[in-house]
Amino acid sequence: MEATTYNYKIVRQFAIMTVVWGIVGMLVGVIIASQLIWPELNFGIPWLSYGRLRPLHTNAVIFGFGGTAMFTVIYYVVQRTCHVRLFAEKLASFTFWGWQAIIVLAAITFVLGISTSKEYAELEWPIDVLIAVVWVSFAVVFFGTVIKRKTPHIYVANWFFGAYILTIAILHIVNSAALPIAFFGGSMWKSYSVYPGVQDAMVQWWYGHNAVGFFLTTAFLGMMYYFIPKQAGRPIYSYRLSIVHFWALNFTYMWAGPHHLQYSALPDWAQSLGMVFSLILLAPSWGGMMNGIMTLSGAWHKLRTDPILKFLVTSLSFYGMSTFEGPMMSVKTVNALSHYTEWTIGHVHSGALGWVAMISIGSLYYLVPRLWGRQEMYSMKLVTTHFWVATIGVVLYIAAMWIAGVAQGLMWRASNPDGTLTYGFAQVLNQMYPFYTIRLLGGLLFFGGMLLMAWNVWKTISVGKAVNDAPIPAPAHA
Amino acid sequence: MNEFTSSFWSWYIIVLTVVSLVGVAIFLASQRTRRLAPGEKAEEMSHKWDGDLVELNNPLPSWWVNLFWITLIFSAGYLVLYPGLGSFKGVLGWTSFGQYDSEMAKAREKYDPIFNQFLGQPVEQVAASAEARDMGQRLFLTYCAQCHGSDAAGATGFPNLTDKDWLYGGDAEAIKASIANGRMGVMPALGAALGTDGTKQVAHYVLSLSGSNHDAGLAAAGKPLFEANCAACHMPDGTGMAAMGAPNLTDKVWLYGGTEAAIIEAIEKGRAGNMPAQLQALGEAKVHLLAAYVWGLGGGVAMAAPQPAPAAEAAAPAAEEAPAAQ
Repeated sequence: MEATTYNYKIVRQFAIMTVVWGIVGMLVGVIIASQLIWPELNFGIPWLSYGRLRPLHTNAVIFGFGGTAMFTVIYYVVQRTCHVRLFAEKLASFTFWGWQAIIVLAAITFVLGISTSKEYAELEWPIDVLIAVVWVSFAVVFFGTVIKRKTPHIYVANWFFGAYILTIAILHIVNSAALPIAFFGGSMWKSYSVYPGVQDAMVQWWYGHNAVGFFLTTAFLGMMYYFIPKQAGRPIYSYRLSIVHFWALNFTYMWAGPHHLQYSALPDWAQSLGMVFSLILLAPSWGGMMNGIMTLSGAWHKLRTDPILKFLVTSLSFYGMSTFEGPMMSVKTVNALSHYTEWTIGHVHSGALGWVAMISIGSLYYLVPRLWGRQEMYSMKLVTTHFWVATIGVVLYIAAMWIAGVAQGLMWRASNPDGTLTYGFAQVLNQMYPFYTIRLLGGLLFFGGMLLMAWNVWKTISVGKAVNDAPIPAPAHA
Repeated sequence: MNEFTSSFWSWYIIVLTVVSLVGVAIFLASQRTRRLAPGEKAEEMSHKWDGDLVELNNPLPSWWVNLFWITLIFSAGYLVLYPGLGSFKGVLGWTSFGQYDSEMAKAREKYDPIFNQFLGQPVEQVAASAEARDMGQRLFLTYCAQCHGSDAAGATGFPNLTDKDWLYGGDAEAIKASIANGRMGVMPALGAALGTDGTKQVAHYVLSLSGSNHDAGLAAAGKPLFEANCAACHMPDGTGMAAMGAPNLTDKVWLYGGTEAAIIEAIEKGRAGNMPAQLQALGEAKVHLLAAYVWGLGGGVAMAAPQPAPAAEAAAPAAEEAPAAQ
């Protein structure tokens, strides 16, 4: 017999864990930001050293918080826009437990010092294998649901989700290809990449940049394409624009990785290609922002009163800003100044906090009441407070890092009349302390906002009741 | 220089890139539609999802399309001028190696005379020049401070350069040789040879040499072991040997710490100190300036040596005489 209700249980599980991992990941971020000011905060314990906590922070926020938020949203949106219950629900349940296990294993192994040292791909091979298995299961659930949909067309958000799931599978499997030393009688927890030298660097940044491109951009654009029109109550601005920027974005992103390796041992031709395709990426990236912002036309007044819409629209502004900044930073002349400086950290966080976190938070504030049978969050006032705290936090963070980064870049290249460097490395570092402090303050604000959210979600759940009978409406055939 | 193992790969890159750029351009051109007349509403697509999700079909914003074109045209131009299309060098003939070489040549032409002016002077004389000291300090902060610290006072495993205690000698020539050619300080691991008890006994004997806190009984038992295993490098009286870089154990200057645990660790597992050679990277003129700077930090020893070479003996209590540039 065909199911008549949606599976909200899996969505609720992921939604709660999104908040949990957001708090964990950002707390670790606050800790390592403090360690940059007060290095003794590692207490001389190897487990708490910066080098081990830093990948824990990035993995917890990207894969823990961001990844779990995507599972939440995808399982909700794909059901509702296909008008069917989730395909292979046991497998979906496996993806929940599997994904949580991966993040817990990540936290344990990083703290123990187990790492491949490939950025954003630090997990060692046994966990990589588990990721591949969970991800393929995710693909089966998602595409299975899309295939059995009741609507004639596939909703635009699902194109983006599909692209995300497919490309992450390819990126993860190719970049994680490694030879475990266990095959030669060594430890279970160490492997070496199968790619040699500069090819390894190229594969790593092809992966690394597309982790940004497909994990943190494509997927969250899909999120945007559902929650902005829903919350604004407006039709999507342009179907045509969504098609053009979808294909252009996915095609072009794949080329941009080498811009992480400007002025390195990578051959000149590859550096150039990385740069030009990063520039070409600007318009396709902005297509998504345009479509989201223009969708609000006729609903701008709602921004004044609706904090959820505030989150969603502000996230698009940060998205537009960082997708302009990114292509600029890939220009070799700019990169010569910006590379290895705090500017890069600022750029990443304007995307990660401003775009990814804010759109996820907005979407969760939309979802949580619906999943627990409430009209709205327990306290909408607190949602507004969260919005302002988070926005001020991001602005402090990125402004501090911009100033710090540009100052750092200029100080590094300053030279005396005899050609010697004007500033020693430690002297430049010394100039960073005020900015590190402002950054910490920004991070604390953002983290504080997550605590407000956790309390609000908790209260909403305790006054609400889990919805297990959301009926599947017949699809409209307009 | 060709990065490609065969011309196939060069063509692979060229074809893929050109087809991609042209393909994107054709795709973009094909999506051009007429603009809406003033007041005209965009058509609504006949799809509907989840109750109320619908789409309008506005034409692409023309500023957005133009931005897209600008980036495409810029990219095509860039790939004509600069390397990018496989082994095609680009019309400008630019390479990163070429840029590096030409910038370095220019820098050498401009800066070499400034550094070379001191090369003819003896280190001690260079050290007396305020200008040279400033230049030396800047070089030190760039190339040496990472290990020896901005104030040159060192850290565990990295010698203090401001005192009169020198592992390899503190005269101008020794210092310059240390910088130019590097040093490898090897203390072999003796844990297996001495055993746990023997290691501890030797450690206490070593502590006794500098009058540090020690157990007299253990030290006495360690003395013959020291003479058999350590004296060849550290000398029978423990004052060390500059030729080997073997430290003087009778002062209270410790490179790796002077606690019982640190000394036991050194004896048991050995130590390997590595000062990297700088001559090839910096050239002689800069090494010369650095030698003068380090010599002038306060511990420099005069070349003509009527006094015995291990002048370091009086080191520990010696106050700084020369003003240490910090």
